[in-house]
Amino acid sequence: MIELRDVAKRFGEQVVLDGVDFTVADGETVALLGPSGTGKSVLLKHIIGLIKPDRGSVIVDGLDVPRLRRNELRQLRYRIGYVFQNGALFDSMNVFENVRLGISDTDKFDDLAYSRDAVTRCIRLVNLAPETIEKYPAELSGGMRKRVGIARAIVGEPDYLLYDEPTSGLDPVNADIIDDLVKQLDKELGVTSVMVTHDVRGAFRVADRLALLSEGKIVMQGTQQEFLASDSPKVREFLERDFQNATLPEA
Amino acid sequence: MPPSPQRFDLRRSIGRIVLGALAHVGRFSMLVVEFFRGLKEPKIWVPRAMDEAWNIGIGSLFIVLLVSAFAGAVTALQAGYQFQGNLPWFVVGTLVTQSIVLELGPVLTGLILAGRIGARYAAEIGTMRVTEQIDALESLGRSPASHLLVPRVVAGLVMVPVLVIFADVIGVAMGWFSARQVMPLTDADFAYGAQAYYRPFDAYYSLIKAFFFAGAITFIPCYMGFNTSQGAEGVGRSTTGAVVSASVLILLLDTLLAQLLLTV
Repeated sequence: MIELRDVAKRFGEQVVLDGVDFTVADGETVALLGPSGTGKSVLLKHIIGLIKPDRGSVIVDGLDVPRLRRNELRQLRYRIGYVFQNGALFDSMNVFENVRLGISDTDKFDDLAYSRDAVTRCIRLVNLAPETIEKYPAELSGGMRKRVGIARAIVGEPDYLLYDEPTSGLDPVNADIIDDLVKQLDKELGVTSVMVTHDVRGAFRVADRLALLSEGKIVMQGTQQEFLASDSPKVREFLERDFQNATLPEA
Repeated sequence: MPPSPQRFDLRRSIGRIVLGALAHVGRFSMLVVEFFRGLKEPKIWVPRAMDEAWNIGIGSLFIVLLVSAFAGAVTALQAGYQFQGNLPWFVVGTLVTQSIVLELGPVLTGLILAGRIGARYAAEIGTMRVTEQIDALESLGRSPASHLLVPRVVAGLVMVPVLVIFADVIGVAMGWFSARQVMPLTDADFAYGAQAYYRPFDAYYSLIKAFFFAGAITFIPCYMGFNTSQGAEGVGRSTTGAVVSASVLILLLDTLLAQLLLTV
């Protein structure tokens, strides 16, 4: 379970998070929505301990993340897969080496046969050809890089998956492929997921629950139906902007 | 009513500068601590350090030899011009050897590498920072220090002294060769001059300087890279800052080490 209580963060004069309360139950997939620049990625980085809050607590599986010791944080990170916005693949390594870095168990990492097998399995799981593992990030398209990023996040068999804008910058077809992939992985791996996005349509397709972050606060958390029924001006404004040209599933 | 122009507040400005400097000192100290922590993972940094050592050594050898050769030649020619008719010719051997080994070999090598290696390290690590590759390493439970910092610093600490040895040898050899071409100086004169005031400590001093310069050439650019922000512009700023800071630190260390180790 992931729980953020009264989390506040500012960078210089700019207040990014201002008392955020946010909860994700085990096995759930929650989409964190919000316009660009509202601190969604900052919130996600708090969960994995890449950023420490100025105030409040970040609890993952009962562990207070900002107060964890170095080694405890490392152990926790082994259980969390993080998919970065642009893949954040290491340019100097090929896809195999990139994905292999996600294997947290040292013995398994050192076992080349296991590594090759695990990497190939994950590459197939994200719908990439096995030959991709020999390629370098510069030889991949944006969508492929994101999928390699997902493969790297899942190869360590994490309990949690955090996606930072997995569909941003992609055309609608590729965005749908990634959304389907997120849905499929959540089902097959049974992980708890948080997906940061400003793509409402994708969030409705993938998430069990949604949360809207605006002006440093969670304005609303709830199901798709609750969001659609909401008369909060901020919620309506955000949904209507994205829904004008979109088709809602079951809505 | 027009807004009143903001008044310059000297105390506030000084306070901001002092706080900024203290923040740099704190972050740099943390990087040094991370370096020593990273050393505990030799399985990760040793192979990478070998690659880096190869890059520094082989990649920089030509330019280091070229610059030291010219420095040796010019030192000999200028010494010949200045001492003509005033001092015995063997003094040229003394001057070339002492100048190259004590000063020009290590300092010129340091400054060349500050540009060549320092710029590369700051740009590489800075780009990794702004493209979230360093965050990705951390999110995977891996230490950026043992993957990025330790290999670069260790490679520098090993290879810069090696390059300085080459620079010293080629600088003196080229000075010797040049002196013989334009002065009535025999090999025996030059060898006598070179040995007359030479102490074994001079060679150690050259290597001690190289070791400290290697620290400046590697640590400062890595620090600048790790603290890069604001995209491509930030990478450019870090790269320039790294080269300038490392070069200035080399000159400061040069003075400090001369004061500490050569003062009678």
